[in-house]
Amino acid sequence: MSASDVLIEPTSHGVNILKSAAPILVGIALAVGIQFLLPSTVGPYYSRLVIDAGIAMILAVSLNIVNGMTGQFSIGHAGFMTIGAYTAGSITFYSSLLIWGTAAKHGSFLGSGEWMFVIACLCGGITASIAGFVVGLPSLRLRGDYLAIVTLGFGEILRVVLQQTGKVVDNAETIRNAPLTTFATVPVGGAIGFDGIPKYTSLFWVYAFLAITVIFAYRLKRSSFGRAMLSVREDEIAAQAMGINTSRQKLLAFITAAFFAGVGGGLLAHESGVIISPKDAGFQRSFDYVIMTVLGGRGSITGVMLAAILLSALPEVLRDFERYRIIIYAALLIFMMLSRPQGLFGIHEIWDFFPKSWKTLPWKKSPREEAR
Amino acid sequence: MPTCFATSDSESCISLARDKAPNCLTKSTISLRQFLRLSKVVGILLLAVTSLMSLGCQSRVASTDEIVIGHFGSITGSEATFGISTDRGIQLAIEEVNAAGGVNGKKVRLITYDDKGDPREAGSAVTRLVTRDQVTAVLGEVASGLSLAAAPICQENGVPMISPSSTNPKVTQVGDMIYRVCFIDPFQGSVCAKFARENEKIKATKAAILCDQTAPYSVGLQEEFEKAFIAGGGTIVSKQAYQAGDQDFSAQLTSIRASEPEVIFIPGYYTDVGNIALQAKKLGLKVPMLGGDGWDSAKLGQIAGDALNGCYYSNHYSHEDPSPRVQNFIKLYQGKYQETPDGLAALGYDAARILFSAMKTAPSLGGKDIAAELAKTTGFEGVTGVISMDANRNPVKPAVILEMKDGTPRYVATIAPGE
Amino acid sequence: MADFLQTLMTALAIGSLYALIALGYTMVYGVLKFINFAHSDIVVLGAWLSYSFAIRALPLVGLDAHNPATPPPIWMTAGIFVAVLALCSLAGFLIERLAYRPLRRAPRLNVLITAIGVSLLLQNVGQLDFVFGASPQKMPALLPNWELLRIPFGQGESIRYVVLPLIDCIIFAVSGLLMLALELLIFRSKFGTALRAVSFNTDFAALMGIPVDRAISLTFMLGSALAGAAGFLYVLKFPSMNQPAHSVWVLLGLKAFVAAVVGGIGNVRGAVLGGFIIAFVEQFGAYYISSNYRDVYVFSLLILILLIKPTGLLGSPVREKV
Repeated sequence: MSASDVLIEPTSHGVNILKSAAPILVGIALAVGIQFLLPSTVGPYYSRLVIDAGIAMILAVSLNIVNGMTGQFSIGHAGFMTIGAYTAGSITFYSSLLIWGTAAKHGSFLGSGEWMFVIACLCGGITASIAGFVVGLPSLRLRGDYLAIVTLGFGEILRVVLQQTGKVVDNAETIRNAPLTTFATVPVGGAIGFDGIPKYTSLFWVYAFLAITVIFAYRLKRSSFGRAMLSVREDEIAAQAMGINTSRQKLLAFITAAFFAGVGGGLLAHESGVIISPKDAGFQRSFDYVIMTVLGGRGSITGVMLAAILLSALPEVLRDFERYRIIIYAALLIFMMLSRPQGLFGIHEIWDFFPKSWKTLPWKKSPREEAR
Repeated sequence: MPTCFATSDSESCISLARDKAPNCLTKSTISLRQFLRLSKVVGILLLAVTSLMSLGCQSRVASTDEIVIGHFGSITGSEATFGISTDRGIQLAIEEVNAAGGVNGKKVRLITYDDKGDPREAGSAVTRLVTRDQVTAVLGEVASGLSLAAAPICQENGVPMISPSSTNPKVTQVGDMIYRVCFIDPFQGSVCAKFARENEKIKATKAAILCDQTAPYSVGLQEEFEKAFIAGGGTIVSKQAYQAGDQDFSAQLTSIRASEPEVIFIPGYYTDVGNIALQAKKLGLKVPMLGGDGWDSAKLGQIAGDALNGCYYSNHYSHEDPSPRVQNFIKLYQGKYQETPDGLAALGYDAARILFSAMKTAPSLGGKDIAAELAKTTGFEGVTGVISMDANRNPVKPAVILEMKDGTPRYVATIAPGE
Repeated sequence: MADFLQTLMTALAIGSLYALIALGYTMVYGVLKFINFAHSDIVVLGAWLSYSFAIRALPLVGLDAHNPATPPPIWMTAGIFVAVLALCSLAGFLIERLAYRPLRRAPRLNVLITAIGVSLLLQNVGQLDFVFGASPQKMPALLPNWELLRIPFGQGESIRYVVLPLIDCIIFAVSGLLMLALELLIFRSKFGTALRAVSFNTDFAALMGIPVDRAISLTFMLGSALAGAAGFLYVLKFPSMNQPAHSVWVLLGLKAFVAAVVGGIGNVRGAVLGGFIIAFVEQFGAYYISSNYRDVYVFSLLILILLIKPTGLLGSPVREKV
């Protein structure tokens, strides 16, 4: 157990509501700022990249709860994302059809359509966390790479099953009159993917959800739950000896990570120019997120965020290289791993690297001095 | 097992000591050296990214004397062979038009972006083409799923998009900016079903289907064939599936063999069909096989050889067509790339040429004007047939049926729409 | 009955290919405890090298490069086979030396990511025009197209034959021989003892005077040679080759890896057993249930077996002590 994670930070006694709520409010304010300032300054293409980076960060930070903090090894994260995406997508798509008669976007910013979309994303998170519970169960029995291969198997099974689903029904009348058998084949598009989902995802919602995810992950890391998770990562047997229910911690990690992955998937499904398809559940997509967590550093939230930004920007930056694009990407990946095996920030957060004087506000004594 | 205890114990000791060493830092003990090293790495990365960014940011927006068109396709990854073929067809058309003085005196320039066969990447590639590079029109993609991801972006931004070979009906339903030059699944499915039911040599009443379940093209064609075949009085005795790239089809073929069909419909790409034919021959399946335009490639004959004798596929055109537009294209393509063009290259070539002809007659190069001109296309003489656009922005053109004979496709019949 | 026998024979041939590939995974895992995701790309390398050699060698004996009328002399086939093995093991050596060895002391997850990077790199370099190209090719036949067995079933119109082609027997025999050689090497030779010591505990092996780096290099070379052999046999059986970056190669590697895990990863005999089990489940599932869910059978079996026996069928249980 590293000292930095446990010993130094002051434990907050009692629930300080303001302390919990303030960062989220700040995050949401920032998201509003991004929503209204960014597109006009950088144009639609870069705004889109910022949205993609935001979703990648949500997924990477959530995967970090399992891989980085709890030390389990999941390579089925894209599976949770896809479950969330399909759930959220079918909720908005079919409810829009039934309520408004069309699957097009309804209402303006913060209008009724957007709220339906938010609820759909949360529902996506919930179904994904149920899947997370099911996939997490083997973690009670399996260790390390064996668990990894089971999560990988989950993603692949999901991919094949999604390929067998039925065609999207895109007409309100047909749905109302359809026999139940139409729904037995689960009309979410089959091999071609789920198209026609209304495109609600905007910078605001991505960054609002990202703020919630990051703050949740950060608070979790500092909470007793999070410390229990960290202890499972460091030494499972020792953790057990300390009276920590390691099985419960592992399951909790899977469930929370899957929840945020599901929300991220919901956001992705509603992004313009994106079609959720069975391929998304496959292991190749999962690797993208595993790479982000490893490159960021074990359990370092800010490191993982930076890695997510870098890795989602890299393929776009390299776009001009056409056929050499992936080759350069792979070479850079190997180079980064060789030059910095512990990840960008190791186990530290970005502010650990700031000079000490930055960390305490001038009018406030640092907790250490106070303790003295 | 005492040894087990001993080793796992000592091993974990050692690995603990090794792994934990860097973790034993407290916050305040991050040394200056470490900080410098980290900032160096981050710095190098940022420098690399920003320099590449600036390299990429060099204004690619069209100058006034050229027209920029964009192509997005799978240049890398699993489907690279399709994307590269299409790209070559497009480039050939561009060279040709530039050699003839360009479109209305302006040279045409192509920007090709790779999408790895991934819908998400297709979305960002097209956004980049449309909003940053501000292309006049977009060509692409082979796979319907990817075209569907990109089409709304083109529609929203008022940039015409022509898909060379996405056959799913949904693609052009996105809006009035979206066109295609290939025929759609329902037409091709009915052509194949009709041929299977009525051709003298086949006259099948029982058909088996072997479909690529990962390709929307294949799934769509299979559904339409099934509908039309049953409507024509036939029955489907077996439905099997594979995944693009599978090498071993013996389980599916054994199963098909047991169902005793009179024809096997294989709506797949030539990359898989060759293997299927070889294995079917080994299993002693002598039933004729039937496929769609995904079969069209010189590679198919090379791979399958005489294993495909007596098999048929529907296509846009026949290589034997003596008309100069076909022969000219084949000659040009072979001259440039030293290989026989496949169907995708021909469709890419036609998509680009139909775009140029619309640009030439359009009152301006605005998206709306070009799209309006595209909608008016009638009797355009393409390599892949004489093309007229219908009200749904789908081309109306006949299909030809080809028969494989010792590795070369031979013309059998032409089936016009509505027949 | 005919169909059952046919499926059985295919399963045996494919099972031995899975087993060959699985051996590479299991050996690397046994020694370095990490999943070498670049292993399937060595199979691809073996396959495409066989193709490149074949189309260059065939004209030397006056045969058409793409569609030889008769198979080339046996020494040429054997020569191509040996050359492929040699080059593949060289590739394995280089990958280990350049990409994995610098990370020997790093967390295993990093090595895994590096392996993914190496895999991406190999796939896409292979797909460049001046390497192997991005279009599928046909492997020319290097072996006579004999049928060793042809058993008729049924009569008249519905007569069906169960066919046993020569290539299936050769795959079975070559894989069997290679596995036997590996078994002898690992359990009966000095090098094998050293290897087992390294896989048991790297640091103690080093203390005992075993040159750990050399042993690990050799493991990679052996595993890669087996992968190269699998690639060679694979394209002889399935002559229509997919382009190097096709995801189906990765899936092939993944199934072989699943085979290694099912058998108990790190265990050589387990890998062989797992290979056959996976092939049987896949083939019979696809034939008797539905071909749509082929991969589902494989991965469900994997999950099922791991839940019942967390270290695979033949894997030794890992005990933990505080």
